[in-house]
Amino acid sequence: MKHAAIEQPGILSGLWATARRDLLLAWKRPGDVLNPLFFFAMVCTLFPLAVGPSAEQLEFSGPGVLWVAALLATLLSLNSLFLTDFEDGSLDQLLVSSQPLPVLALGKTLAHWLTSGLPLVLVSPVLAVTYRMPWSVVPVMMLTLLLGTISLSLLGSIGAALTVGLHRGTALLSLLILPLAMPVLLLGANTVSLAAGNDVYTTGIWALAAYAIASLSLAPYATAAALRISNE
Amino acid sequence: MTAKLSADNLTLIRGERCLFEGLGFALESGGMLLLEGRNGCGKTSLMRAIAGMLTLETGEICWNDVPVLKQRQTFHGALVWLAHRTGLKGDLNMIENLHFERSLRPQARRDPEEVYLRLNIERLKRLPLRSLSAGQQRRVALARMLLADVPLWLMDEPFTNLDREGRQLVMELVEEHLGGGGLCVMAAHQDVDINAPVTKIRLQ
Repeated sequence: MKHAAIEQPGILSGLWATARRDLLLAWKRPGDVLNPLFFFAMVCTLFPLAVGPSAEQLEFSGPGVLWVAALLATLLSLNSLFLTDFEDGSLDQLLVSSQPLPVLALGKTLAHWLTSGLPLVLVSPVLAVTYRMPWSVVPVMMLTLLLGTISLSLLGSIGAALTVGLHRGTALLSLLILPLAMPVLLLGANTVSLAAGNDVYTTGIWALAAYAIASLSLAPYATAAALRISNE
Repeated sequence: MTAKLSADNLTLIRGERCLFEGLGFALESGGMLLLEGRNGCGKTSLMRAIAGMLTLETGEICWNDVPVLKQRQTFHGALVWLAHRTGLKGDLNMIENLHFERSLRPQARRDPEEVYLRLNIERLKRLPLRSLSAGQQRRVALARMLLADVPLWLMDEPFTNLDREGRQLVMELVEEHLGGGGLCVMAAHQDVDINAPVTKIRLQ
């Protein structure tokens, strides 16, 4: 048969293709990308105005506020991860693609992290200054946010996949993801606090890295299975 | 080598309703399966089941005599699905949309320009899809199907939004595909005039 000898695209081509397409879409609709970032910046700048500018209080609450805001901003952006694909039928096309679905899901998650997680990490130093965070702590905070947002995007993709068929699943999505996201929040905020207090903080970094690696190896499969279930 | 799509004793229940029971068919290279029936009778569900997206109550769908659930990737690599929703991105232009497809499916050694010309969409390349008419978007979806080099075409209401000339073109394309040893499963509620062996299934 004439079809038999045709070369298949490589296993990673699906990953790059989905990531590239989603980045291109994000580029064409920058509003979707800027929303979570704007939310993050708003919460972090409004908080000191509300609780008062005393240096002691800001230093104490800074890591916690930055981390809670980052978590909420990520949750906010997750809802749309598969929603537009679901609505215009391109999710169906991904489901019948000859590329393995976990790889495609990972590609979409990668694009999501690059457009929501990474910008948070990049603007966080500016906001940390508002909280009088010492410059020596800023790299530690960025590293925790970097590892943490990777985990949050990956775990969030499972929730987004599970709730994609339900209309207005945002609240449900948050409820599903929060228990999984709790360790990330606790580890992240506490590691930054420890670093600010000149304590040993490396354990937290390793734990966050382990959490990110575990998410990276398990989440794509769970997301793929969830997508198949919610598209029945 | 010929390809074969077969199904035996298919039963699908959605919610409280049994859409079909004990359904079977066999389709070989050059053959076409036409699904008929009124709106809501389960044509699209059957098509989704064939594509391996729905869990069937009973029965099995086989591609070359191997159940598709045991070789999902191979089977998906052998089919392209023209669904009711085109699955194209409105914010991207035609070339960007088709470029994405290229990394998902084996591609035909066909000249894309020729395909665009034939579908009369060669002037629309750089326009965002959302600015095109529904019929033009469907033509782009047809281009995606033609550029994929796969034996099995699943077409869900392919004539929707197309003008008379477009409908004629779809029938010609299907005839050519079948003539070249391809297979086609089509859901339609219009008369389809195709010069090829057609198996009809009428859903109740």
